Amino acid sequence: MKEKRIGMEVSQAIAIATKLADVDVISAYPITPQTHIVEGVAELVADGELDADCIPVESEHSAMSACLGSSAVGARTFTATAGQGLELMHEVLYVASSMRLPLVMAVANRALSAPISIWGDHSDVMAVRDTGWIQIFAVNGQETFDNVLCAFRIGEDHRVLLPVMVHLDGFHLTHMIEPIFIPEQSEVDRFLPPYQYPLPLDPDKPVSMGGMGAPNIYFETKRAQAEVLTAAKEVILEAWKEFGDIFGRHYSPVEGYHREGAKVLLLTMGSFSETAMTAIDALRDEGKEVGLIMLRLWRPFPFKEFRQAVKGADVLIVLDRALSFGGPGGPVCSEVRSALFNEDKKPKVIGFVGGLGGRAVSPDGFKEIINRGIEVAHKGSEQEFEVFGVRE
Amino acid sequence: MAKSAEELTWKDLEIGAIMTEPGSASQYQTGSWRTERPIIDLDKCTKCGLCYVFCPDMAIKVDDEGYPETDLFYCKGCGICVVECPKQAITMLEEEG
Repeated sequence: MKEKRIGMEVSQAIAIATKLADVDVISAYPITPQTHIVEGVAELVADGELDADCIPVESEHSAMSACLGSSAVGARTFTATAGQGLELMHEVLYVASSMRLPLVMAVANRALSAPISIWGDHSDVMAVRDTGWIQIFAVNGQETFDNVLCAFRIGEDHRVLLPVMVHLDGFHLTHMIEPIFIPEQSEVDRFLPPYQYPLPLDPDKPVSMGGMGAPNIYFETKRAQAEVLTAAKEVILEAWKEFGDIFGRHYSPVEGYHREGAKVLLLTMGSFSETAMTAIDALRDEGKEVGLIMLRLWRPFPFKEFRQAVKGADVLIVLDRALSFGGPGGPVCSEVRSALFNEDKKPKVIGFVGGLGGRAVSPDGFKEIINRGIEVAHKGSEQEFEVFGVRE
Repeated sequence: MAKSAEELTWKDLEIGAIMTEPGSASQYQTGSWRTERPIIDLDKCTKCGLCYVFCPDMAIKVDDEGYPETDLFYCKGCGICVVECPKQAITMLEEEG
């Protein structure tokens, strides 16, 4: 393995990943905090380092629509967005997955208006949870870079053919400068074969995509789509395994940190996980049996791996960075509770909502969350969920 | 298409329900939506062709003598031909059942 480790902004690393993946078409609309990704890719194209077409558009709705077209003719397609941009794409996201077009999108996770916030949380992601995309969360820049490469490999696999979102926290990751291992082109080529869509739009062999589905057939199309997204997990595991074999960095749907023997587990997603590790270290030093699990694969939800990861724990504390208004708190917590509900032996699940709109949670904050979570698990609470880090 | 839409299971579908056979919309019997059918009085008809021009579903054909004929497989019974006919030669008859 001849990898160079270079210090760079994570957004720049994503641009380099698209170059190594030899992307054919990029269509995106700039929006903070995703802008540096699009700028980086556009620069590579302008400098002649990446032979691709950049399609400038007037909105994210158009960006995603342009991506559908390019992916459908068999072009490897990339885009990126954030926050409001992701919401403006919303209806087209369903079309991408329903038409089984394996484009890749980096999402610089950002809060939603109003009030206007350019800062990070997971409100944008959770609103597109059910759009049928494969969704992977990155903890740091290296994971983001690696998973952009993996996303093409996974999505374009003929057993999958689905679009993939790679989530990275706005600012906390997009604007972070981090030393990143950049592999050789030959190694990337070994991992990522060229994109070949089995039934592309081709004037010599015409097909129709996105036709009408009357009540006599619509449900069958959705059943097929649900099946393929669930089944994609096996291909994701396979791609991560091969990635690990070639590059030496191993990924799994659910990652553990000091999970062994932990009676209390904290669950996080995205970049907050590394801060949480510091808190876990400190609590372990105090002799507390606490551990961390990080959910990397959000869709398809890794039920088996998740249930395995929480085995033996008495308390599971979930930090959501999004709020389901008028509902049970955070969307991740709801999902996790539901995944455990029918299990005979399961931890008590305590939901926290925190870190909205770019509000940081420090290592001490995580310690507070864990201690409060343990208290609620033992004494109970009047509230459906806990809120952390807001002025009362 | 070997099977009709009603016979297809989810396993039979092409990826993304892509249609590999061109012109498959012609197999769709839009005439099943109809609640009224147009009746053309050929004694009043002057073969002007306006009903043929205005029909939004191309469900009016012209026969060898130049008279209009409705294709009830596609005719949705919208009644636009009735409105457009300058000789009031077309009336709508309620479908039974």
